Amino acid sequence: MQVATGKSILNRIAVGKIRIYKVPERVISDALVDDVQAELDRFEAARVRVQDQQMVLYEKALVQAGEDAAGIFMFHYGLLEDDEDLYEAVTEIITGQKRSAEYAVKEAFDNQAEAFATMSDPYFQARSTDVIDVENDVLDVLMGLDAMSMQGTEPAILVAEDFAPSETVKLDKSLLLGMITREGSSNSHTAILARSMNLPTLIQCKEINDSWDGKMAILDGYNQCVYVDPTEDLLKSLTAKQQEDIRKKALLQDLKGKTSTTIDGRTIRVYANIGGPQDVGAVQVNDAEGVGLFRSEFVYLNSKDDPSEEEQFGAYRRVLETLAPKQVVIRTCDIGADKTIDYMNLDHEENPALGFRAIRICLTRKDFFKRQLRALLRASAYGNLAIMFPMIISVREVKECRAILDECRKELEKEGAAMGDIEVGIMIETPAAALCADELAQEVDFFSIGTNDLTQYVCAIDRQNAKLEPFSDTHHPAVLRAIRMTVEAGHRHGIWVGICGELGADLSLTDTFLRMGIDELSVNPTSVLPLRKEIRGIDLRQPPKEQEA
Amino acid sequence: MKEFQYTITDPVGIHARPAGLLKQEVKKFGSSVQVFKGDAFCDAAKTLKLMGLGIVKGDTITVRVEGDDEDVCAPAIEEFFKNNF
Repeated sequence: MQVATGKSILNRIAVGKIRIYKVPERVISDALVDDVQAELDRFEAARVRVQDQQMVLYEKALVQAGEDAAGIFMFHYGLLEDDEDLYEAVTEIITGQKRSAEYAVKEAFDNQAEAFATMSDPYFQARSTDVIDVENDVLDVLMGLDAMSMQGTEPAILVAEDFAPSETVKLDKSLLLGMITREGSSNSHTAILARSMNLPTLIQCKEINDSWDGKMAILDGYNQCVYVDPTEDLLKSLTAKQQEDIRKKALLQDLKGKTSTTIDGRTIRVYANIGGPQDVGAVQVNDAEGVGLFRSEFVYLNSKDDPSEEEQFGAYRRVLETLAPKQVVIRTCDIGADKTIDYMNLDHEENPALGFRAIRICLTRKDFFKRQLRALLRASAYGNLAIMFPMIISVREVKECRAILDECRKELEKEGAAMGDIEVGIMIETPAAALCADELAQEVDFFSIGTNDLTQYVCAIDRQNAKLEPFSDTHHPAVLRAIRMTVEAGHRHGIWVGICGELGADLSLTDTFLRMGIDELSVNPTSVLPLRKEIRGIDLRQPPKEQEA
Repeated sequence: MKEFQYTITDPVGIHARPAGLLKQEVKKFGSSVQVFKGDAFCDAAKTLKLMGLGIVKGDTITVRVEGDDEDVCAPAIEEFFKNNF
């Protein structure tokens, strides 16, 4: 038995086999190959595997989005059939030029993409992206970068140097028992994933070793260590402890699949807030009824350059596809001068909270905004999407946003892109929006109240400044009144109103919010079940718990 | 041999999604199905070639069906074009 120490993220125990997780390098060599038949066989295996993947996607989309949207996967499937020119081109390069399968696929598919790109009709031009999509899928399989090659098919504790955000997205969470990394801080991506998924995780474990691969191990979060090849006794005692943890949680788990309904029969929706595709597992594990706030900033923060429409589309699509038919509210870019992103070239500001941020940037840089909206609309074909605009203060802004959204929709219709029905809403996080809620409600399908910024703006208290804590009151009557006004204005115009800020998870206010008539509360994934428990214990026929504003 | 003419009404012409489905439809039959646009033509089951013809709204194409089951295949393919393009 070997014991290695590190820093644990959660007081939890994982028991299982270790799998060393290594990302192969993505290089395509142009060297000549000796065994042509072996390359042909590799291409054949990859081709068939990707066809299978496309067929699975087709069947999934058929159920969720209908034949029209699903057809694109049949198109992708067809591109890979052996009677197409692409197949011939690939096999010719392998046999004729004696190159690797990777090299041949890249050459042949790039040529085909180029052929589409040079056609005169914009619709046909855009098909080059389909060819590139399929090319990347095939290359991933050839290079062992697809999920199955990376993670294996059995549940395991993954051991790695560290996990990049793009990798954690790809991980199949149902096969993930725990994570051990050599690097990482308690705020690293691995740690965030661990917390949102409630996954036993050990970081800064310097002794990790490739020879652990396939060995039995116990990750002991209480004692911040991992036992490799543990003794029978240890295995027995820690497995018992793990079972006890599970029993304690089971009480909450019983609430899974149940509605968030009060004793007297009022049902509201409990959604989750997420920061990227890596949190999707947490939404499912905690049985959130949807996503009430998907912060789209991750696509901008994780990217060195301005992220392309394709890149964004892929990320949004993954989330929508996985969670369908649950609703996913994606907030458009909420970046400001307080978050430094080099390629955005934002000026330094004295007062960034009141500065050039969020919708103000988007309405100024229309091309930048349109890239996101186009990606969102295209992704809408794969699930149940709602779009939400942040930092709104006026009806004029909402009308401008909707006009740009319509423009994107018309462009995409012309290009033949599949799109689904979406709801369009706004954040209520400025006093101006709360005061004008009546007018704003006539322009949108829903409101979501962002209580963090709303509190900061209503009370004029900088939320980053710890010195102001004695002056701040998270239950300030002015904030609660602004929330009440917003809910009432929304309902007067027949739209739903939710809360996506921290206050939504404040159980001492749940009773108050329910009495105000709130329709939805969106909270951190791990707060979903405790909130549902609170709601199920409330009886609105009884006198209110707390004095209302 | 069976032949029919069809004028494309779909706003984006012979596009990816139905072209992929057309391929599967053609493969249900033993006959060969060829699509002619002017002098250019190709096998309807070869999606990439078919899309390479760049057939757009308003184009009139000729579809030629040849084989043992052409009597059932031709009407089925014609119906497919009417419903999808």
